[in-house]
Amino acid sequence: MVRVIFKDTEWQIPGNITVRELMTSLGLNPQSVLAVRDGRLVNNETRLGTEGEIRFISVVSGG
Amino acid sequence: MGVHRCRRCEADSVIYMRQHRLALCEAHFMEWVEQMTLGFIKKHRMFAPEDRILVAVSGGKDSLGLWSILLKLGYQADGLYIDLGIDAGCRYSERSGEHVRKFARQAAPGAKLHLLDLAALYGKTVPEMAGRRKGGRKKLCSVCGLVKRHEMNRAARELGYSVVATGHNLDDEAAVLFGNVLHWEAEYLVRQSPVLPADAPGLVKRAKPLARFYERETAAYAIVGNIDYIVDECPFSPGATSIRLKEVLNSMENSSPGTKLNFYFSFLRARDNSLFPGYERPDLDVCGKCGQATRAGGLCAFCRLV
Repeated sequence: MVRVIFKDTEWQIPGNITVRELMTSLGLNPQSVLAVRDGRLVNNETRLGTEGEIRFISVVSGG
Repeated sequence: MGVHRCRRCEADSVIYMRQHRLALCEAHFMEWVEQMTLGFIKKHRMFAPEDRILVAVSGGKDSLGLWSILLKLGYQADGLYIDLGIDAGCRYSERSGEHVRKFARQAAPGAKLHLLDLAALYGKTVPEMAGRRKGGRKKLCSVCGLVKRHEMNRAARELGYSVVATGHNLDDEAAVLFGNVLHWEAEYLVRQSPVLPADAPGLVKRAKPLARFYERETAAYAIVGNIDYIVDECPFSPGATSIRLKEVLNSMENSSPGTKLNFYFSFLRARDNSLFPGYERPDLDVCGKCGQATRAGGLCAFCRLV
């Protein structure tokens, strides 16, 4: 299973999916988040395996 | 859609910028950001190598990224951190300051870091200052902006810097533009620019060298560059107008790549071609207390606040 983290929420997913598809399934706008795997930035077309961890980082700041 | 290869070296890319149709690997993305920043600084005559630059650093991705880029490009860039006294149960300002000090120690050893504590200087934090105004929390963001602008300018004047550089990105600028268009704030629109000249008494030049980059790109630069920035948003930012405007723009960008870029740069071109004839900023007075520029006459908004 792939561990998915965004802010304070975690999910476990089977994997074998692209980062972009995962963003879409979680309702995340690809313009508003970046994906980091093992501390490294990965592009949205990267296909995830069936294990490991992917973290989404919000890029939107302000106030 | 297949995995994009780096346009420069064919390695796996880490980012694809749809508005530029450009995919880059880590090394070439860093180089691209730095060289595009240099070109933007020169194009808008923001500053020259002999200028002393005061970089306003908050601990976030944009400002620490900017400081890093300016130092890599060889500019004389020192940092200014303003402790706003925002706690909100999560020690936000304290933790932000820790990120700034860590960056200064590790990545900017030859540069100075100036620390400024609002509570020590004025006896009040930003939430306390905002609490005295009608609107309370809703007004906090505008009070915070007012205080930061005043204190950045004051610090630059007193410390002898010729320009203040801030980490505003294109999303910040597009959101401000969007908000001003929604209310047709022509006087603000004519003033919005990547560089604001020192065109009034007591005013130091301000520059926004990252205003050509999407927020996604400044965040990517910080991640790839291993900049340890504060990822958490300001505890007062959820629901803020600027965040909601960014969400709308990002939704449009997602379905129509380049929307934000065109919106901002088409505006700058239109403004330079006299989109708003007759709208000019009125002459400014000098605040009788702090010596900075003010529109109202008498005391400036900051001095009335504190």
